[in-house]
This record gives sequence, structure tokens and C-alpha cells, in this order.
Amino acid sequence: MRSRSTARTVIAAFAGVLLAASVAACGNSDTGGGSGDGNDKIVLGFSQVGAESGWRTANTTSIKEAAAAAGIELKFDDAQQKQENQIKAIRNFIQQKVDVIAFSPVVESGWDTVLKEAKDAKIPVILTDRAVDSADKSLYKTFLGSDFVKEGRLAGEWLVEQKKAASGPVNIVELQGTTGSAPANDRKKGFAEAIAANPNLKIVASQSGDFTRAGGKQVMEQFLKANPKIDVLFAHNDDMGLGALEAITAAGKTPGKDITIITVDAVKDGMQALADGKFNFIAECSPLLGPQLMDLAKKVKAGEEVPARIETEETTFTQEQAKEALPNRKY
Amino acid sequence: MTAVADRLRPLTAHRLFWPALVLVVMIAANTVYRPGFLAVEVKNGHLYGTPIDILRLSAPLILVALGMTLVIATGGIDLSVGSLCAISGAIACLHISGAADQNSPATVATALALAFGAALVLGAWNGVLVAVIGIQPIIATLILMVAGRGIAQLVTEGQIITINSGPYRAIGLGHFLTLPLAILIALAAALLVAAFTRRTALGLIVESVGGNAEASRLAGIRSRRIVFLVYVISAVCAALAGFMVTANVSSADGNAAGLWIELDAILAVVIGGTSLAGGRFSLGGTVLGALIIQTLTTTVYAMNISPQTSLLFKAVVVIAVCLVQAPAFRARLRRRRRGAEPGPAAPQREKEQVPA
Repeated sequence: MRSRSTARTVIAAFAGVLLAASVAACGNSDTGGGSGDGNDKIVLGFSQVGAESGWRTANTTSIKEAAAAAGIELKFDDAQQKQENQIKAIRNFIQQKVDVIAFSPVVESGWDTVLKEAKDAKIPVILTDRAVDSADKSLYKTFLGSDFVKEGRLAGEWLVEQKKAASGPVNIVELQGTTGSAPANDRKKGFAEAIAANPNLKIVASQSGDFTRAGGKQVMEQFLKANPKIDVLFAHNDDMGLGALEAITAAGKTPGKDITIITVDAVKDGMQALADGKFNFIAECSPLLGPQLMDLAKKVKAGEEVPARIETEETTFTQEQAKEALPNRKY
Repeated sequence: MTAVADRLRPLTAHRLFWPALVLVVMIAANTVYRPGFLAVEVKNGHLYGTPIDILRLSAPLILVALGMTLVIATGGIDLSVGSLCAISGAIACLHISGAADQNSPATVATALALAFGAALVLGAWNGVLVAVIGIQPIIATLILMVAGRGIAQLVTEGQIITINSGPYRAIGLGHFLTLPLAILIALAAALLVAAFTRRTALGLIVESVGGNAEASRLAGIRSRRIVFLVYVISAVCAALAGFMVTANVSSADGNAAGLWIELDAILAVVIGGTSLAGGRFSLGGTVLGALIIQTLTTTVYAMNISPQTSLLFKAVVVIAVCLVQAPAFRARLRRRRRGAEPGPAAPQREKEQVPA
């Protein structure tokens, strides 16, 4: 306390070292190799949201592998869930004069300025996985990602088909993703639209489980106590569904039989639960968009026109399909 | 002996009266909304029901808040506990997931020892920064709060590590004498901390360091050693909480495990009547505060309050808790200003008026 300036220097040094270590640890590995040869390899700058889930990690792996396979030099940045990191990364990419910039926006708004800078530098931008709300659509070339509304709708349509013979009311509980996030809003919307086809299907409770296992479990515990008769659980991702499994078992019910469980994503643990008969249906939200992204990068670099919206190639899984697909799943 | 009890009783009643009332009101509101809220039944040989859920889920928060109470009592704060939860859980789960027999008690014991070791090192790091180098606690622990998430993700390689280990699972979900093991562990920790601080001079020394570190040093107390110690204790509590959080879902999520628990813990400490300025602390108040926070979360789910409004609902209740406490503080303060003889407890009150 007496030597305040010394303390400050020490803070700065420690903070600097630690933060640098953590950033380097999390976001690295592909920025180094192969640059500076001066050949005409396409250079793609990619800024990832973070590493918040197994899904996101698979997404990262897919992009890295696809870049290597396509002979594209990838400059990879991990934004650790922060928009300011992502803006900084994009500005870095502009300074480094990469050929194409791609990124998964952490949030929807606030991108106009930095996208304008990229446009002024004549560097094409591709959005992956998540959209931005910029009014000026010329700021980016295309948006490659999943249609979350469609995922919700596919889940709902499967349920309508399963329950078309039901005479009485079917009570559904819903575990929403992070409140206000695009996948949560859209999956909820798509599911609600689809189940409107059968007035017997009724959502009796809907809460946010924050896309996490712990959240899904805690909310499901209360759902089970507040609602004596639950027939169906719709979880906006596998992880919340996996958490809910434990709550259902602890309540003395059999998941997959007493309560039909529908989720979205199809990550490995989720597919395992589906194959084991604990889940009933998964609408896939594929993170493996690396190859599609590399194709697009080549096309926009060559100056070809690309559609403004491209959907990731996705499917759905029943229990039987999960058993077949499981051995070949990458994530 | 009775004289001590007589002197403590009204004090305890004062301290915990308002938070306890809030808890009772919340439970009553829930019971009105759903009469079965308090129902507890026996399922598979152990107790099952919403009150049990609240107890079990509040266990990690109680643990973290206990450590936080001691840190805050020395006038410090520990923002890194959430990250420490994630790191310890990740290390334990990583070790178990790599073992040949995940159910072997030896594996789990090694995993816990490794994670505890890491927590001790990181707690010592915090302690050195604050006590030896003299960095402000909020900055010193902010370093690990931010970098710690990175460390946890480094340990898990960004994946969610799923494990299938009976003994480890028991930390979060096991039962002993029909009660959840988690709450018993938290209770044991609370009693242990209480015994160490109230049955020895340690608590008094902690309070004196928080009240005035320089004066304590001049009085012959090694302030630095005490400050160092509380950060290590806080880290150990956080590690234990990290085991519970990850055992609860049998998986380590470097990103979500223990996220924002530091803020909940600080809130629990404040609701419990410990001043952020340091000095006098109340362990019982902290436990009550943690129970209030968990009951609040459970209320949102039990009453099916829409996710869009649940944060507002929580904020309103927390503000209400703080306000309901404030008049009591003001009344005491007024009485003191009118010139009443400052009794032995007066300097402590001076510390307490800060959060109001």
C-alpha cells in the first residue's frame, strides 16, 4: 500500500502474463504455421465465439480440418464470448490484409462500423452459425448457418406425428436456451408453430435452462414437482436434456418411456442417450460447416456470386437412426 | 455461561431476523401458490421434495459463501471462486475420465487430492498477491477470475468431460441417513469454520484485521498471515463446491461450472449481515443468505415465472431484502447518535452501517 506505483506495476505484470497465457492457451495453435511464404494461398481470418460447449468445439475442429484439407491458410481467433475481442480480431485481420474474413458473431448487434471497415478494405466477410442485424446487407457476402426455426419445427412435426392418435391432452414442458439468444427464440417459435396443428398438444411450463446440464436439471426437478403429469419434454439442446434425464430418473420415472424427450443438436452424449433409448428424437444442428465455409471462401475470393443465405446440411435422428449413425459421429 | 448466552441471543435475533423473515415469506408465498411445495416424501430410501432440492442445490453456494465471508471479514473480496470451482471440477473429472476404473475409490481420492492441490496453489497465489504484494483484493482476484476460466477450458480442452463414477457422483447426489450428502458436507464445513473461528481466537483476529489491519499489526497480530490464510480457505471451499457442481451433473463444463457463483456468494454474505467494509462477520447469516438465494431461484421455476421477467423478479426481491434491513440499521444508528453510551458492541455497528 505504501509503494503504490510498485504495486501497480506488479499488477500489470501479473495480469498481463496470466491473461496472455490464458488467451494463448485457448485461442492458439493455428495462427503460426505456414505464413509469410508469399505464395498465393488463400488466407482466411476466422473469429470464433468461444469454446462454450461441445458443439462449439466440434465447430472449431471442423473449420480447422477443412481449412487444412482445402489448402487454405487459417488465422484463427477465439473471442472468449466477448464482442470487443471479436471486433479487435476483425480489425487485426484487416490490418494483416487477409483474403476473406469469417466469424460467428457473439451477439447480433453492433457490427456496422467494423464491417464497414472490412468493406472499405475490400475484404469479403462471411457470417457463420449466427446472424447480425445490420440493415445494410452489402456489409457481408453471405450467412452460412443453421435454420433454428426449422429445427424447432422439425422437432414439433415429429411430435405431432407421434401423438396424432392421442385423444386426451398431451402435456409438454420446454427447456429454453439462454433467454434472448437467437437459437432459443427461434427453436421455441418453430416448435410452437408446428404443435399448433394439434390442439391436444399443450406447453404447460417453459423455463430457461441456459443451455447447460446443471440448468436443465435444476429446472426439470421443479417441473416434475409442479406438474404431476408431464408427457413430453422439449429441450432446446442436448445438454439441457441430459441434465433433465437425471432429474427424471430421480423422480422415479423412466426417461424415453414415461416422458418422451425431444432435443436439438445431436452432440455425442446426446446421440448416445438417443441410442440408449433415453431420448426419443433429436433435430440435428450440425457444427460441421467447415467444408461448406472453405468452398464459400474460395468462391468469394474468386469473385463469384454466392447466395445471401446458405443453410448448413442437417438431418434428424430417431433412436434407430442414432444407433446406426453413432459409430461414425465426429463430435 | 448463561451471561454470554443472554448477551448473544438478542444480537443473533437482530442479525438474522430480517433475512429469516424474507425466507419464511418466500416459502409461504410458494406454499400458497402450490400447496405441495413443502411436501417431502421418501423415494428410493431417501427424502425427495422441493425443500430437499433447495438444500442440496444451495450446498455449493453455502461452501463458497463461507470462504467469502472470511475474506470479506478481513476487508477483502474474492472474485476468483467461480473460476476455481470450474478448475477444480475440471481437474477432478479429467483425472477420473482418464482412469481405467472410474468407480474405484482410489481413483476418486487421487482426483480430489489433485484438484485440492491445485486449489491450494491458486488460493496461495491470491493470498500472496493480496497479503504479501499488497494488491487490492478486487484486482488481485480478478486476475484469476478471468484467467481461471481459460485454465479450466485448457484442462477440459473446451469439451464437456462426461464421467461415470459412482463415488464421485455421490459428492453431489449421494445420500446419508436419507439426507443429501451435499448439504451434510456443506453443514460440516460450516460447523468446522464456525468452530475454528468462534471456539478459538481466529475469528476475533480475522475481525480485528478487517476492522483495522494496521492497528491489529501494532497490537501484535500477524495481519498478513491471516489475510493469506483466508484466501487459501476460500479457495479450498470453492474447490469443494466445484466437486459438487460437477458431480451433480456427472460432467465438467469449464465454461458454465460455477459461473457467477462469486456474485451470488457476495450477495449471500451481504444478505447475511456481514459488511463489505470488513470487520464483524456472521456465518449463520451467510448460510441463511445462501438459502434465500437458492429459494429465490427455485421459486422462479416452481412458480413458472417467465424467463424474460425472472431476472427482474430476482432483482426486486433482493432490493426488498436490502431495504427491509436498512431501517433497522438506520434506527440503530439514530439511537447511537442521540448520545446513548456506546456499549461494547458499538464499534461493530459502525462497520455494519456501510451497506445500508
